[in-house]
Amino acid sequence: MAADSALLVSLVEEFVTGLQDSKANDTATGVQAKTFTILQLVEALGPSLTSTTPHTRARGVQLLSLVIQQCYGDLSESEVEVLIAFYENRLKDHYVIIPFVLQGLKALTKSSLLPTGSAVSMLRSLFQDTHVQSLMLAERATVYNMLLNLMESREAELKGLGADFVFGFVQSMDGERDPRNLVLAFQIANIIIHRGYDLGKFAEELFEVTSCYFPVDFSPPPNDPHGITQETLILSLRAVLAGTPRFAEFLLPLIIEKLDSDIQSAKIDSLQTLTACLSTYEHKDLAEFLSGLWTSIRREVFQTASERVEGAGLAALTALTSCLSRAILSSDSEDSLNVFLDVVLKDCQHHLCEPDLKLVWPSAKLLQAACSASYRASHIVAAVVIPGLVEQYNSRTQCAHRRTILEVLQGFIHTVKNTSQSEDDGQNVLLAHRDALCAVVFSALAENNSDLQVTSMRVLSALGQQNGLLLESDVERAVDHLNRLILEEDDSNVSVSVIVCAESLSRLHPTVFITKMVPTLKQEIFSEPMVQGDGCTPSKESSQHAVRQRCVSALAAVSTQPSVVRESAPVLLEVLKSAHTGSGGFSVDEVVAVCFSLQRIADKALDSEETGRFFHDIIIPRLLTLALQAALQGEGSPGNRSPLVEEAVLSAMVGVISSACAKLQPELAGKMASRAVSLFLEDDVSFLSDNSLPPHIQLLKQGESWSRSQTVCLLMACVCSLPRSVEVPQVERLMEQLEELSITCGHVPSYTSAAKCYAGLVNKRPAGDSLNALIQRSTKRVSSELDSPASPHRTQAFTLLLWLAKGLLLRYHPLSTALTDKLFALLGDPELGPMVGDGFSLLMSDSADVLNRGCHADVRIMYRQRFFTENSAKLLQGFNSAAPDTKSSYLKALSHLVSSLPREVQLTELPALLSLLLEALSCPDQGVQLSTLSCLVPVLTEPPPALIQQLEALVSRVLALTCSPTMTVRIESLRCLHAISRFPEHEVIPLRARVLRALAKPLDDRKRLVRSVAVQARADWFLLGSPGGR
Amino acid sequence: MSVMLENENPVLFQRSGARLWTAADEDEGVHDPSTTGEHPLSLEELNVVEQVRVQVNDEDSTVGIEFTPTIPHCSMATLIGLSIKVKLLRSLPERFKIDVHITPGTHASEDAVNKQLADKERVAAALENSQLLEVVNQCLSTKNP
Repeated sequence: MAADSALLVSLVEEFVTGLQDSKANDTATGVQAKTFTILQLVEALGPSLTSTTPHTRARGVQLLSLVIQQCYGDLSESEVEVLIAFYENRLKDHYVIIPFVLQGLKALTKSSLLPTGSAVSMLRSLFQDTHVQSLMLAERATVYNMLLNLMESREAELKGLGADFVFGFVQSMDGERDPRNLVLAFQIANIIIHRGYDLGKFAEELFEVTSCYFPVDFSPPPNDPHGITQETLILSLRAVLAGTPRFAEFLLPLIIEKLDSDIQSAKIDSLQTLTACLSTYEHKDLAEFLSGLWTSIRREVFQTASERVEGAGLAALTALTSCLSRAILSSDSEDSLNVFLDVVLKDCQHHLCEPDLKLVWPSAKLLQAACSASYRASHIVAAVVIPGLVEQYNSRTQCAHRRTILEVLQGFIHTVKNTSQSEDDGQNVLLAHRDALCAVVFSALAENNSDLQVTSMRVLSALGQQNGLLLESDVERAVDHLNRLILEEDDSNVSVSVIVCAESLSRLHPTVFITKMVPTLKQEIFSEPMVQGDGCTPSKESSQHAVRQRCVSALAAVSTQPSVVRESAPVLLEVLKSAHTGSGGFSVDEVVAVCFSLQRIADKALDSEETGRFFHDIIIPRLLTLALQAALQGEGSPGNRSPLVEEAVLSAMVGVISSACAKLQPELAGKMASRAVSLFLEDDVSFLSDNSLPPHIQLLKQGESWSRSQTVCLLMACVCSLPRSVEVPQVERLMEQLEELSITCGHVPSYTSAAKCYAGLVNKRPAGDSLNALIQRSTKRVSSELDSPASPHRTQAFTLLLWLAKGLLLRYHPLSTALTDKLFALLGDPELGPMVGDGFSLLMSDSADVLNRGCHADVRIMYRQRFFTENSAKLLQGFNSAAPDTKSSYLKALSHLVSSLPREVQLTELPALLSLLLEALSCPDQGVQLSTLSCLVPVLTEPPPALIQQLEALVSRVLALTCSPTMTVRIESLRCLHAISRFPEHEVIPLRARVLRALAKPLDDRKRLVRSVAVQARADWFLLGSPGGR
Repeated sequence: MSVMLENENPVLFQRSGARLWTAADEDEGVHDPSTTGEHPLSLEELNVVEQVRVQVNDEDSTVGIEFTPTIPHCSMATLIGLSIKVKLLRSLPERFKIDVHITPGTHASEDAVNKQLADKERVAAALENSQLLEVVNQCLSTKNP
């Protein structure tokens, strides 16, 4: 024990007089290990604490505080009491001691054994004996933290202090300037307001000391060491100011004053604070400021050029109106909401009568903001505004005016919508105005002005989305108008809007569309074309095509519900049938458009089992029947080819079938797979709708004609887009035949489709020995074809290799490396090299009809990056050792690889590849130039340092390309130059004169698209380094 | 108190929008002649510049523009004219002769402004003045503040 006390004395000695700070830790460890008690420490400190030199006393208190900071949890209640009494007393001591006293007190506030009453006495002495704002930054923070600790643990005691506590706090923070401390002070104020501390008569004082920071203007120091942003301060101050209605009488005049400020951020902050406080205020809090607030908000919305100010102003008006809507009506007072809205209406409504002046829009937006606040506000505003607008519409004759009025009406319909749903008891606000609104819309639809028609269809859609507003008869009239517009209006804007409008109306009113629109469109599609060569001008013919085109896309658009699909899809199928038989005069383009419409229907039928079954049972079998009939017929009479054997039509059919198959339920999908396989392998035509097909069609046996073999793409559509869980029957045999077809067939679409189908199946097969054996067999076969230069099937073998590699690469299959290495080797092949180079684009991009995520293919994330990192070195090596005439294939491959990578990866890889890319820019192949330029453009927006070092070389090469004979190369090179103008100024200034001179030439380019890019680029180069530029 | 605008509620005109691109624009074989409407200007909404008041003659290499100040005493007329002129100088091939002037009868000191704008040396001198150039560049800067 004696040894311990000697140790303690020596520790104290070394700390106080020896100034060794590390001894504090040792002492604390001693106290924690119970080697000595805190009281022994105080005794040992005795001489220093009673010393006459303030610095020695300070050192003594510091040691005590440091020890308490580490072991406040181990102190007993009586120890805490003694220490608090000591520290309170020390607050009166010399100023050099105060910081350590505060630290000690702060540590004690964290103790859970704080005796009752000590919190109060501590605060009393603190507020009495110290002037917080004359302390240093860190000590002020200590005081705020003390307060926060006590508010956390001793809330009841502090509340017992009453308003004195608030007064003490107000005095402490009055004049605080450091943002770090302000965050703490606002936090305290926030707790005072939100946890119900008694503000007493000091509400105004508390408001004064906090509101003097409003609106917050703070820009953090560079590299932001403390992580405090203007946003943090704004939000914490806003929580204080908007926290209690007791501040209303001070805050609202302040907001009105600050709204007059010229600083945009101050305006926005004021409006947002207003919006925030209105959620807690009641009518009586803001009654006397209403007119002032309204005037300010109106002025801001009317005058501002900034969308953010406008948005904040409108939000504030909505908050204001909904605050008034909450007011409880008493029998003797007038309805404050009514009074306020009367003023708003009086100020804004007359601007709605001047549709050609600027203020019509701000006024409409203000009224709509008020209208959207509550059901009652909607009622009041709509009752005045809508009849007024309808009357305006009827009295105006100019189309531009009428259009503006319709757009304003549309805005009101949308804003009313939001409110009527939240109120269950009230009926739709617009119900009273239904007839007038419908009359306006129908009269506008009947006008002969495309702008008016487009706008009125938007209004119609808005009305149609309101539940229970339009009557069946209204919708019928609307559909009549839409039918007329589809059949008669050529304007492209109108046709787009008709389709959008019909689509949105058909969701809620399918029956009207089934009875009125589908039959009309069908009749129009099948109406006899005017006999050709019989006085029929080409323009009439093309307009008839356009009408059919519109009818077909409208049919697809309205097929939003299964009941409509049942009516509309058969019409489209009938078109395909009559195109096949040659009646109706349908062109190939029209047939393709019909297929696209069918595909849209299939795509839209998300998760609808009913539609899926319909496609499975009816649409797909009929499509297959038609395609096979056409294929067989084409062989018999070559002069009379059905349009359905055209490649464009077939690939459009592939789209329909694969979209539909990808969405089939598991059971139907399995059925689909077995049907398709038995059709193509075993000539089983039983499920097709028409059994007039011959018994042995042998679709996969080449040697017959190409029209039969190319139907393999339909097989691909059926089996490659099914979910991965579906097992394809007889898959081994199927793949064998596909491999045979893809290598021996001479018809490009046939062998390509066979290769794609093969790859699609390989991609989905479960991993294992059977898959590996299959791949090895195919690789061997492909290699043997490719290795014999005299083989007639080298292109076919390459195609299969490419697709197979893609199918495996996507799923990270280990055997894919062997295949891609083979592709790299082929880049040096004099005959296939260029084709292989282009093949890399196929390898890296998503293909539309197979091997994409939509078809449930196994696609791993980031396979592109992985492939690139594993192979870029091989490519570089191959390039360096290649013969000069095959180098361009390597460059082509490289540019395809790089342009498919995400930008972040491009940036990191660029330094290594830059010299090669620059080489690619001077390569004579235009394809290489183009793909290199297009992969440079995105990189240039944030140039890596490596690129800046090569700026001179880059600019010379790009400038040379602005005179390329190919338009797209000229455009891309000008885009690059435009992007380079945004490089760091000091880097590009030296090039300015040269670039401006060179850009003068493309200004006179023979192509308009080139000229417009050149103008943009040159304008920015002019601004570079010029005053007022950038 | 914030500044009151000179004309708070002006009449607005619809913009004609940029030229619609057609298939022929992408056809390399077609030579596109320069026409009006190729360089849409944002003064259009206030009807300061209208397409009917722009004459382009590709064969003779001349461009003529008449612009209409919003009010007859508009103090910005010279600046607007100068900005239009500078924009055209930067955007058109050198072969074009550019003539910018005020629509007859729409401004109080029409002749003086027209004379200033037509005088090559004065335009060049004005652009030597860095403060004036700064204002013009701000007018032409496509990025919004």
